[in-house]
Amino acid sequence: MKRNIPGRITHYTLAWCVAIIWLVPFIGILVTAISPLEEVVHGWWGVKLSSLSLKNIAGAWSHPTAPIGQGMRNSFIIAIPATIIPMFLASLAGYGFLRYHFPLRRPIFVIVLLLLAIPQHMVAVPLFKILNSMHLINSYTGLILVHTAWGLPWIILFMRGYFSTLPKEVEEAAYVDGAGPYKTFFRIILPMSWPGLASVASLQFTWVWNDFFLALIFIYNPNRLVATQRIPLLRGQYHVDWGIITAAALLITSVPLLVFALLQKHYVKGFIGFSSK
Amino acid sequence: MKSRLKQWRIGLSFVLPAVALMAVFIVYPAVKTLILSFFDAQGNWVGLKNFITFLSHFDTLDLSRFPSKGPPWGSLINNSIWIIIHLPTTVILGIVFAVLLNNIKGGAFIKSVIFLGMVIPMVVGGVIIRFLFDENSGIIPLVMRFLGNEALGRSWTAYPQTALMALILGSILLWTGFSLTMHAAGLSTIPKELYEAADVDGAGILRKLFSITIPMLAPVTSVVIAMTLLYEIKIFDIVYTATLGGPGGSSMVLSLQMYFYAFRKLDANMASAVATVLTLFTLAVGIWLVRRNMKGEI
Repeated sequence: MKRNIPGRITHYTLAWCVAIIWLVPFIGILVTAISPLEEVVHGWWGVKLSSLSLKNIAGAWSHPTAPIGQGMRNSFIIAIPATIIPMFLASLAGYGFLRYHFPLRRPIFVIVLLLLAIPQHMVAVPLFKILNSMHLINSYTGLILVHTAWGLPWIILFMRGYFSTLPKEVEEAAYVDGAGPYKTFFRIILPMSWPGLASVASLQFTWVWNDFFLALIFIYNPNRLVATQRIPLLRGQYHVDWGIITAAALLITSVPLLVFALLQKHYVKGFIGFSSK
Repeated sequence: MKSRLKQWRIGLSFVLPAVALMAVFIVYPAVKTLILSFFDAQGNWVGLKNFITFLSHFDTLDLSRFPSKGPPWGSLINNSIWIIIHLPTTVILGIVFAVLLNNIKGGAFIKSVIFLGMVIPMVVGGVIIRFLFDENSGIIPLVMRFLGNEALGRSWTAYPQTALMALILGSILLWTGFSLTMHAAGLSTIPKELYEAADVDGAGILRKLFSITIPMLAPVTSVVIAMTLLYEIKIFDIVYTATLGGPGGSSMVLSLQMYFYAFRKLDANMASAVATVLTLFTLAVGIWLVRRNMKGEI
């Protein structure tokens, strides 16, 4: 197909204008994070390249009242198990819902789907009381449990969809060879599903890492706050230290950004699959 | 018969751990919240009183100010304005950008940049909004002053007239990546022959857009609309970090109001009423989405 030159130029110009609009805020955060505050007080666009430094990054990492480094450590302690456990339990359940018949299967599955639309606010107050009675407020275990439960519905839905695309012959062959249902699942089905599991892992990890609301209502101990909870604490009473805040934002964002960069294909596939399934 | 029971047992053993966790940590507390919303703090049944108190509070709906006076107008109005502006904008931008960035050099890179809004924590999204609309370090007030508009040349998040608008515009920046990615994926499933046939018929770019692309994307668009509505109704993190619902409640939203009732005023019953209202809205969208997806399934 032949395209006229002016048309192509307009097309590319428009595309890159869009790119610039979306890039500018991120560049602003990045530049401010690595500039001395005196220079960005009247706009980050005027900063001199020679004065760039990592002072703000270091300052945010070991901030006196809300150290981001400690927050990121806590976020890892929570996000890693809160990714692996629901992945495991929801894969089992997704397979069960797909392959086996049992009483109430359909209504239970419909409820699981509807849970996707329930806001976390709907459980906040009673869940606080439940966790409190179990001494799980301020506890990583408590938050991991809650994140696990909230990850289950979408991962069940996603993995059930993924399993349904696998060829059934492989399973039948396994049964013929005398493998039981559990052996078939763990030895055949799960290993075959690694691309789906990679999608789930990248999304669930990012969502737990990025979570703010659940951490906000269940973690109060200053030493145990997760990374996202510390951002609002960096806001000064009388003036805003943009250098420290943007540096903290950059540090916290670097982890999901890295996950996205490394697993981009699976990440986007998971997103599309989860939303349109 | 025996083998059927065995099948049941195996099936249940697969789903039971997950179902039990969801029952304890989602279903039970959600039902409990629903019940709490009909009682007062002393445990007396009060019917719809909490809901009426909530709906007639000026933080929810301030009809003495809306629409004749300036904000604050209340969370219901704010969430509605959010939907009215944010929903069509992100859906349309997603379609237009998907078409614009399809098959051009650097398109994948630009799509990734726009998708960043979906990758970063929403708390950071709130920081970006404050930063973008800040009088000193923000690029938007700078441009506004350059254009001679002094009223918009100051920190948007610090004034009742502009706080909500800053949040809505910022959330468009953050959410367009979702609509774009979904529509871009949908675009790749449209058969090329349709466009070739249209070329033979001499159809122009706009004609192809409205007669082929948009109708073929309709199933994707409907999912995007549903997910976007859920996002708008539940919006919390960016409001918490950027404005805390202020100044003077001018950017208050339902979910933040619920948080204040539950964890600042410690009024579990009022908080439950707000949460129930919130859930009624999201469940309406959810039921529609489930019905749509269940056609021909299980």
